[in-house]
Amino acid sequence: MVSERTGAVTVVLRKFFLWRISPMEANTLDRIQFAFTLTYHYLFPQLTMGLAPLIVVFKTLAIWKKDERWNETARFWGKILGITFLFGVVTGIPMEFQFGTNWAAFSRYAGGVIGQTLAMEGTFAFFLESSFIGIFLFGEKRLGQRLHWISAALLFVGTWISGWFIIATNAWMQHPVGYEVAADGSVQLTSFWALVLNKWAIYQYLHNMGGAVVTGSFAVAALGAFYVLSRKQVEYGKLFLKSGVIAACLASIWMLFPSGDLQGRMVAEHQPVTLAAMEGLFDTTQGAPLVLIGQPDMEKQRLDNAIHIPKMLSFITYQRWEAQVRGLNEFPKDQHPDNIPLLYYSFHMMVGLGTIFIAIMVLSVFWLWRGWLFSSNWLMWIIMLSFPLPFIANTVGWMTAELGRQPWLVYGLFRTEHGHSPMVSSGNVLFTLLGFFGMYTVLSLLYIFLLLRRIEHGAGELKLIEPGLDSIPDTPTETY
Amino acid sequence: METAWFMIVAFMLVCYVILDGFDIGAGIIHYFVGRNEKERAMNIRAIGPVWDGNEVWLLATGGTLYFAFPVLYAAGFSGFYLPLIMVLWLLIIRAAGIELRHQLDNPMWTSFWDFVFSGASILLAIFFGAALGNVVRGVPLDATGYFFEPLFTHWGVTGETGILDWFTVLSGVVAFSALMVHGANYLALKTENELNARARRVVSVGWYLLVVVTILSLIAVLNMRPRILDNYYALPIGWLIPVAVIGSLGAIKYFNVKGNDKFAFISSSVYLAMMLGGAVYGLYPDVLPALDPAYSLTIHNAKAGDYGLGVGLIWWTVGIIIALGYFTFLFRTFKGKVAAEEH
Repeated sequence: MVSERTGAVTVVLRKFFLWRISPMEANTLDRIQFAFTLTYHYLFPQLTMGLAPLIVVFKTLAIWKKDERWNETARFWGKILGITFLFGVVTGIPMEFQFGTNWAAFSRYAGGVIGQTLAMEGTFAFFLESSFIGIFLFGEKRLGQRLHWISAALLFVGTWISGWFIIATNAWMQHPVGYEVAADGSVQLTSFWALVLNKWAIYQYLHNMGGAVVTGSFAVAALGAFYVLSRKQVEYGKLFLKSGVIAACLASIWMLFPSGDLQGRMVAEHQPVTLAAMEGLFDTTQGAPLVLIGQPDMEKQRLDNAIHIPKMLSFITYQRWEAQVRGLNEFPKDQHPDNIPLLYYSFHMMVGLGTIFIAIMVLSVFWLWRGWLFSSNWLMWIIMLSFPLPFIANTVGWMTAELGRQPWLVYGLFRTEHGHSPMVSSGNVLFTLLGFFGMYTVLSLLYIFLLLRRIEHGAGELKLIEPGLDSIPDTPTETY
Repeated sequence: METAWFMIVAFMLVCYVILDGFDIGAGIIHYFVGRNEKERAMNIRAIGPVWDGNEVWLLATGGTLYFAFPVLYAAGFSGFYLPLIMVLWLLIIRAAGIELRHQLDNPMWTSFWDFVFSGASILLAIFFGAALGNVVRGVPLDATGYFFEPLFTHWGVTGETGILDWFTVLSGVVAFSALMVHGANYLALKTENELNARARRVVSVGWYLLVVVTILSLIAVLNMRPRILDNYYALPIGWLIPVAVIGSLGAIKYFNVKGNDKFAFISSSVYLAMMLGGAVYGLYPDVLPALDPAYSLTIHNAKAGDYGLGVGLIWWTVGIIIALGYFTFLFRTFKGKVAAEEH
């Protein structure tokens, strides 16, 4: 009783499920596992690196203005940073390990260069961060205000040095410099300063750290908006909002100009095929338009339903309206990024979100200046609900960088398909990938639970956490 | 140069084992020393501000190993794929156990994280010991320069070996016993009254187990890999290492009986350093011996380029001096016994 029609449906379904369940190659699974664990990991460091400088600002305001409320603000966000830092550390260890466990061939090839920056991160950043986070969180009473400020500052420096070495590692993979090919085919370092001061690394760092500050300042502003709107902790809510929107406004503008612009020019110069894929430019064009929205159609090699600004791409890339921008058709297929639509969407989501951030925060700062912000519920609702967006923007920004680098692990030198561990079978990788899914699901629930408790508890009533000293009254008022 | 880096990596590994060793050890005896919720909270507080910094040594050691001997990092980490990823999972849940336990004042919550923390600590000690056992035994490296070991095969040390066999399990038990005694010395140092007494009791009883398994493991190594003594015969100053092992074992007992927790802790630190040092001394110049010695990875065929290693020597020296500064500051800030009223 199988009609022709249901027969066709069955075929389609079977094809679909076969695709779903057919065993994937180890290389693909290694990529999925690295992408998943890295994307998940970076949700935490972007917040810690973003909050760390803000806490230094809070702490400075507390000492400078002799205002205890700023101290409470620093302590409150210090607690959030503490929890987030822990999650960043435990999800970060797998990243270092995976270079060896899953990407052995790549490590063997490039370890002589990138081992340098990764080892320096351990030596110069990890020790600094891990020592001073403990001192910052638990040592305030023992150390006094000035040393406590210094520990906050060193924590900030540590997290940002850590960022530098990771960016320098990635920048070398995007734009290899200061190396030579040794007799055994591996690459070895020839210039330390070329590696550490890679031009690509400098622009990428400026852009990336700005992104972290966007995440941190949006979080501060959003929680402030929540406190004011919920009539809970209103006093601290206003402090959070005020400091958050100012920082977020500066950081959001910074992301577009100059850092985003500089980064874009690096891509245009050194990875032109990536630029073409990011912009969805299939054919070389004089006076190329800037696409706002549209869907890449890989079969027909064109962009469907495109809405664009004429000649804008040529202008922002080369500062000339009529400049020629090379399209995908000019490059051999084996040089194309292997997932052009995802790269295109990642890039456009990043730019779109960045534009929205500037709009929200410029408006908020203007409202703050006019004294309207704390009574404009609609704007505070927008600020509150926008807190997840920077996480998404940072993620798709990194996806743009990493998908754009494909099909290379080291741009122009070493292909991704050759990088995985030759002896680790796909079954073993799938086992650990599923394990990471489970592990990180549990971690997510724990993190959200802990964060909500912190938020519920609020700032202000936070007491200094110090062994055995809690019972000692701080002021005469408290004594009576 | 590669010999210098061999020693640097060994030094960092020893630092890691001594430092993270005491907080893993504290986890092993968590239930024995802490009989109720409050006492277990004291245990956690004793390691609270420092465990994270200790664990960073693992990352720093890993990074340095990657930098100095990338070929070893590639072969070793992919060969030990499954146990290493499991170590990662254990490190993650153990960290959660330590840091999340005090977040909620609820008996179910705290007892759950106590169990996670202690269980993960026990497994980590055994896994780390087994990993070292694998390196001493040798791994099935072939001409490609890679290998892959399943978790277990036939539990023997020849033929198609697994991560776990009778020898590596024995190594795991040695690590378990050593870290148990070491962690107990640390807790004795940081606590008072009943907790202190119980921690000392762990040392005094655990010591016998440690002596027995140390001797057994030495016999096993000598039977299985007599070549490990070559370096000792070639450069007899190395014999000081086994002498120091015996001396430190004696010192642990002596200071434990005397009630001197500080020196007992130093003695167990020396014991750990010398046990690792003895293995490293015997392995040199191998960094990862193969079951077929022709394929062994040595400091010569696993190292990074000379220029990179030379530059590294400069920044590493600067970096480690600064880092030792932080550590001194950290431990001085939180020195002394943990107080019962700590919140």
